[in-house]
Amino acid sequence: MPTLTRWFIRTSFICLVLAAMLALLMAILPMFNFGNAGNLSVIYIHLFVLGWLTELAFGVVYWMFPKYSAEKPRGHGALGWWTYALLNLGLLLRAIAEPSNASHPNSVSGWVLVLSALLQFLAGLFFVINSWSRVRGR
Amino acid sequence: MPRLSIWFIRASLIYLLAGFTLGALMLAQDGVSYYPAIYRALPVHMEFLLVGWLVQLAMGMAFWMFPRFGWALPYSRGNQTLIWWSFFLLNTGVLLVASQLWLPLALLIGRTLEIGAVIIFVVGLWSRIKPHGAPA
Repeated sequence: MPTLTRWFIRTSFICLVLAAMLALLMAILPMFNFGNAGNLSVIYIHLFVLGWLTELAFGVVYWMFPKYSAEKPRGHGALGWWTYALLNLGLLLRAIAEPSNASHPNSVSGWVLVLSALLQFLAGLFFVINSWSRVRGR
Repeated sequence: MPRLSIWFIRASLIYLLAGFTLGALMLAQDGVSYYPAIYRALPVHMEFLLVGWLVQLAMGMAFWMFPRFGWALPYSRGNQTLIWWSFFLLNTGVLLVASQLWLPLALLIGRTLEIGAVIIFVVGLWSRIKPHGAPA
């Protein structure tokens, strides 16, 4: 298993645990009137679907798809690492800024969300570019 | 990788990019309002990423990697015609569900096609859930 795949999969496991903990928190908060759990549901969904499922898929695809070439079996490694970094930085930024912007909208958290959107889009784009030519017969 | 998996997986990559693009546009709107109507794309964003990307990637990988029939060439991956039908129904279904913004009835038809696609896929792959080399 390549190093980048190990990073993708370990990070996806962490996101899975965080998503499960957030689900528990969302169940507890309304019981004690600690706050609006609704603000956390978007973060929960994205930790689950993007951080866990999609990131796990990214790691497995990078590992198991047919080789790009003898010299570069997994395509452009740098593009893979950029995908990892942009996806997780984008996810982290939105996890911080989204609840804050929902409860107290302000320009700082607003522009952090715009940055997060850009980072996540680029992560998807880089992943597709790096994987596309590996989707073929051996 | 068999041709059918190539189609499944390339389609899933297209949906991934389309779904990420819509998600990024909506998240940016959360931050700095520029076009509030973009939120209408939320069901399309969810459909593209859950069904178009994740489900379709899993289907393509399963068709490629599940145990085949026979040890040596020409081995078989079962009834490929059936799985081609699954591919066409699923993608038509996703596109119809996405067009619910303009055609409300398309949601119902799209979901029906998706159900047909997954049932056909399950029927087609069922006998390949077995140990390597074992008969169906």
